[in-house]
Amino acid sequence: MSITIQDVEHVAKLARLDLTDVEKEQFTGQLNAILKYAEQLNALDTEGVTPTSHAMPLVNVMRDDVSRPSLPIEKVLLNAPDEEDQQFKVPAVLE
Amino acid sequence: MSLFDLQLQEIHHKLRSKELSVTDLVEQSFARIGEVDGKVKAFLKLDEENARSSARALDEQLGTDAERGLLFGLPIGIKDNIVTEGLTTTCASKFLSNYNPIYDATVVQKLKSAQTVTIGKLNMDEFAMGGSNENSAYHSTSNPWNTEFVPGGSSGGSAASVAAGEVYFSLGSDTGGSIRQPAAYCGIVGMKPTYGLVSRYGLVAFASSLDQIGPLTKNVEDAAYLLQAISGYDPKDSTSANVDIPDYIGALNGSVKGLRIGVPKEYMGKGVDPAVRDKVLEALNVLEKEGAVWEEVSMPHSEYAVATYYLLASSEASSNLARFDGVRYGVRSDNARNLLDVYHMSRSEGFGPEVKRRIMLGTYALSSGYYDAYYLKAQKVRTLIKQDFDRVFAQYDVIIGPTTPTPAFRIGEQTADPLTMYLNDILTIPVNLAGVPAISVPCGFVGGLPVGLQVIGKALDEATVLRVAHAFESNTDHRLQRPAL
Repeated sequence: MSITIQDVEHVAKLARLDLTDVEKEQFTGQLNAILKYAEQLNALDTEGVTPTSHAMPLVNVMRDDVSRPSLPIEKVLLNAPDEEDQQFKVPAVLE
Repeated sequence: MSLFDLQLQEIHHKLRSKELSVTDLVEQSFARIGEVDGKVKAFLKLDEENARSSARALDEQLGTDAERGLLFGLPIGIKDNIVTEGLTTTCASKFLSNYNPIYDATVVQKLKSAQTVTIGKLNMDEFAMGGSNENSAYHSTSNPWNTEFVPGGSSGGSAASVAAGEVYFSLGSDTGGSIRQPAAYCGIVGMKPTYGLVSRYGLVAFASSLDQIGPLTKNVEDAAYLLQAISGYDPKDSTSANVDIPDYIGALNGSVKGLRIGVPKEYMGKGVDPAVRDKVLEALNVLEKEGAVWEEVSMPHSEYAVATYYLLASSEASSNLARFDGVRYGVRSDNARNLLDVYHMSRSEGFGPEVKRRIMLGTYALSSGYYDAYYLKAQKVRTLIKQDFDRVFAQYDVIIGPTTPTPAFRIGEQTADPLTMYLNDILTIPVNLAGVPAISVPCGFVGGLPVGLQVIGKALDEATVLRVAHAFESNTDHRLQRPAL
């Protein structure tokens, strides 16, 4: 499986990254090399093998449904790049 | 002689008798940093005012009957991906250059209870992605043993600062070897605990199923003390192990008579520097003299670990780093005219090339049409790798091998090809995939640069890992060597 520049552009869009033309070329080459290396995994027969998502599998880790104090609003907004009326402010969402 | 050359108990004793003060210890840090950090560059930020006022407050307690643990007053450095309330935490990224955490990580809270003194935040590869500390967006860190060489990564600053005598010990994080590899390159002790033993609450996530915080120290005993202080169940971390923490310090002096060691042939073969291999064989000799026995074993899926890791870790990272969108924290691009710009531009301006590369790789591996071929396949191979460990641990108590295939390399030597860099972690990565504990302990020098011995244990068996490492260390003098800075 070989990645093209179009694939790189598509993935960049999914990842919300802008790439320069130089970066697109570079990433196409590097990602191809890494994925080629990763293809060695196909040599292994994994039929019937359960996938491991976590080394220490814990299931349904819950706490009691008891309400607790929320974060104070000043803390929430402490690092906000822009805020107004105690809300995070961003430029236009829709054109 | 540095105050930090004193043993933990000696310092505790001298504090008790008021022969030393906490201020003395903290001033030792700042003096040493002033003397050598221009060359080592381990720190991103020093917290001088707070460290000095904490020291003064702790000194008021000296001479009183107040209960003081063994870690009381010791200066510590913290890797900059562990959040510290009120002290800028950047993950060595431009994206978080202005990030002021609103909370302390659980491990930081535990250290405060243990009354250590935080000296500052330590340099690392950006978002913990790297093996040389060359991916920091701020500056590189140098290996104190030879400043033209890398300290390793991603906890390069954590390792270098301890090796250079700038702090008594430090905390780092390990996802594919990021504590153990720099510890090996810098000639100190570094340990990755069992997955789930130490809370990840407040550790900026890279790969959630692999990340663990751990100690970097000048000897095994200090690592045991620090590990004891930071371990334990944390309800704020849903992957935290709800188990009793054994007495790691009590376990240190046990005998290794009859201990069964497995040495995987895959860890001692092709790709490993023969001089490094010889150091491991010498180390095994030392342990044999203490009554342990060792045999060659096989872990046949070892060669697939790096590929498995890079698919899984990058996939998890692409998901974890999606939160850096420029909306709630971090540096928002000045050029953004609409919301999509906020995302695209803030991320593109804020992330370095390695971070972008791994996000791209992970996004691709998880994307529709490729998920089964890459991500799911890698998860299945992870199971096979874990089974290799289970099989060996059914017959042996620990697994031993070199921590890294070679000693440290020159700054700039491996930056052209990402894949070459990835292969430095070939011996540490399988441990994270299996979730088991492992320590790197100095076992000699090759070409004037340190070499590390890796001791791997069964899940939650840190006590045995520490005991073996301590038994080995006690029979050598590597921990007494100091770099000529």
